[in-house]
Amino acid sequence: MAEQTLTNAEDAVTTPEGWDSVVSDWSSDQRAFKNVPWGKAMMWIFLLSDTFIFSCFLLSYMTVRISTTVPWPIPSEVFALTIFGESIPLILIAIMTFILISSSGTMAMAVRFGYLRDRKKTTILLIATALFGVSFVGMQAFEWTKLISEGVRPWGNPMGAAQFGSTFFMITGFHGFHVSIGVIFLFIVARKVWRGDYEVGRKGFFTSRKGSYEMVETMGLYWHFVDLVWVFIFAFFYLW
Amino acid sequence: MTDTTPADVGFAPPAEVEEVELYHAKSWITKYVFSQDAKVIAIQYSATAIAVGMVGLVLSWLMRLQLGFPETFSFIDAADYYQFITMHGMIMVIYLLTALFLGGFGNYLIPLMIGARDMVFPYMNMLSYWVYLLAVLLLMASYFVPGGPTGAGWTLYPPQSILPGTPGHEWGIILMLVSLVLFIVGFTMGGLNYVVTVLQARTRGMTLMRLPLTVWGIFIATILALLAFPALLVGGVMLLLDRVLSTSFFMPSIVLMGESLDYGGGTPILFQHLFWFFGHPEVYIVGLPAFGIVSDLLSVHARRNIFGYRMMVWALIAIGGLSFVVWAHHMYVSGMNPYFGFFFATTTLIIAVPTALKVYNWVLTLWRGNIRLTIPMLFAIGFIFTFINGGITGLFLGNVVVDVPLSDTMFVVAHFHMVMGVAPLLVIFGAIYHWYPKITGRMLNETLGQFHFWITFVGAYSIFFPLHYLGFLGVPRRYYEIGETAFIPASAQSLNAFVTVVTLIVGFAQLVFFYNLFRSLTKGEPAGDNPWQATTLEWQTSETPPGHGNFGDELPVVYRWAYDYSVPGAVDDFIPQNKAPDETTGRSEPT
Repeated sequence: MAEQTLTNAEDAVTTPEGWDSVVSDWSSDQRAFKNVPWGKAMMWIFLLSDTFIFSCFLLSYMTVRISTTVPWPIPSEVFALTIFGESIPLILIAIMTFILISSSGTMAMAVRFGYLRDRKKTTILLIATALFGVSFVGMQAFEWTKLISEGVRPWGNPMGAAQFGSTFFMITGFHGFHVSIGVIFLFIVARKVWRGDYEVGRKGFFTSRKGSYEMVETMGLYWHFVDLVWVFIFAFFYLW
Repeated sequence: MTDTTPADVGFAPPAEVEEVELYHAKSWITKYVFSQDAKVIAIQYSATAIAVGMVGLVLSWLMRLQLGFPETFSFIDAADYYQFITMHGMIMVIYLLTALFLGGFGNYLIPLMIGARDMVFPYMNMLSYWVYLLAVLLLMASYFVPGGPTGAGWTLYPPQSILPGTPGHEWGIILMLVSLVLFIVGFTMGGLNYVVTVLQARTRGMTLMRLPLTVWGIFIATILALLAFPALLVGGVMLLLDRVLSTSFFMPSIVLMGESLDYGGGTPILFQHLFWFFGHPEVYIVGLPAFGIVSDLLSVHARRNIFGYRMMVWALIAIGGLSFVVWAHHMYVSGMNPYFGFFFATTTLIIAVPTALKVYNWVLTLWRGNIRLTIPMLFAIGFIFTFINGGITGLFLGNVVVDVPLSDTMFVVAHFHMVMGVAPLLVIFGAIYHWYPKITGRMLNETLGQFHFWITFVGAYSIFFPLHYLGFLGVPRRYYEIGETAFIPASAQSLNAFVTVVTLIVGFAQLVFFYNLFRSLTKGEPAGDNPWQATTLEWQTSETPPGHGNFGDELPVVYRWAYDYSVPGAVDDFIPQNKAPDETTGRSEPT
């Protein structure tokens, strides 16, 4: 993250266009992804690996849902909420999804203001993103509590197939864990931006490396990924 | 820019990024224990892997004692035997081979060979090792819990792995699964490092197509691991939940001793798919680094450029890609849809094409080479033999009709030990003899090395060749004892006894190797910077062993590929990668 691009690099050769530029980058020395900092490259590769984890989880969920002989509970009834005496299907999930998607918006704006070196706005937007994340996890906790009070357990539930509870708690739990980790790092990055660490080149507490504003973008990559995964979980759990 | 032409051969592009300030250790603890230096981490990884590998070796002795001389040893009962099998398999495949190739050789060689000062994220690299150590300790802890380690077989197939009646179903299976999850977490931290370092931290002039094949092998294997371990993680977590929270992901309705269990509706085949989606790439996670390292050993010690460098690289990539679409050839007899067998047999046999290509290229590298029969070279040539052997039996087993009768016989045991046990292990030995002089500054003893090689090589054949035959006879694997059967002649038992005796001899002969390792630390001949007259960057360091930051003040600049051996017109029979064209005459590039 801390490595600084030297100015003479790009002038040395003319940059080709389109696919030629891809070929030229990959056949060049030093870096395969030109002007991509180490941290960002690492995050992309990590997310690819993480994609495989979530894919395996979701494929396993589909497999057990198809193979179990007991009827699957009907999502629009299980996930309905009674508000003012009226049962509204999927209302909580709609709000949670809306919140998480909005947090992607504030995250994207934070990245933008980070590159503009607007410390105040970046910090506010990062904290806003983190608070959206907190409220998402909070609502998830509420949803879990409601289901548990209705008798849904990992090993069985009164509505139908036992695998409903197992997969639901496992996969939303794993996603919620991702969101929580993201929230913690959002607060850390927000603090660093606020203190101006990325401008004075203050060294990290653990890594003793200097950070830079590209850290905000790397954080953003993770956050958008967690959002994207949620869209799939939402589709497969609540709409199927 | 794809390739330098003779006209601009003296040109190395300017540095694109400023050097990152290295972390400097301030105390003995941060220098040697909680070290962030990839070379120290490599040695920590290797030492831990070899130590746990010794446990695996002893377990194989115990298994062979039972198989060779049944009803002789009262301290081995059926439950012990299954625990030996399970722990031996898991330790050797994951905690020894994967950790040693990627954590050990990867950490030591990647930065040195690509001309970097360290891995890109040294702190994460350090964490990777400590999480790995924790995983190893948890695995070993399963020997000290009630019920002992799990005896489910290294594939941990449910439902049997978590049901009462399987040894270690109380705590052993839980510790095993938690340990695997930790291993994956630790590996991911290291693996991300290796991939980003190769992609983004090479020195000036080091293009991907100038990388030594060792780095290519480790690089591709790491990518495989990052994409394959997720399946094991998911399978492991779900199995753990089945065991601890009584969920039914993999558990169908089961009646046990007349009692109906709480499980129901799960699908055991799902676990097998998840496991082998990891398990087959795992074979190549162990194999590809061995392919890469052996290519370099052969080239250096035959004083000849590797034959078909580009082909070798693309073959590595092709094998890596194909390894993700063959997994269910481990499941021909598991009860999946029979039509799948056709698809998976086809893809499996296609893998033979790039693999055979590599074997031809190794042999052609030796052709008319100025072969120096050093110890690393002996091991490299030994690898070619065992690998061809194990590869060809792989073609047998890839076909459904041949696999079905041979499945779960000793033939399978012989096959995978030849191809992913003995073959990579020979490469590991060769690599240790090859790079020990760089790591310690001293040579290993040649005579002891000769002894070690011949015992190991001939011994490995004496162990695994008879097992092929026993498999054809129908001797099943994973059986505590066979007793008397109608179809297995009594003479099979004498062959079994022979194999056991050889196993003990080969196992104890490894002590010679360890003696050599420790003795040479102080008494070995001083090696100098480049004892093998090799071209790659790790031999061009200013001091041996390389210091913190690897290359002193100036990073090397690379002007040529890694295989300029016996170049016509050149003064020496090798030209180091960092030697500028105007300093030397003669030049060759991959064609």
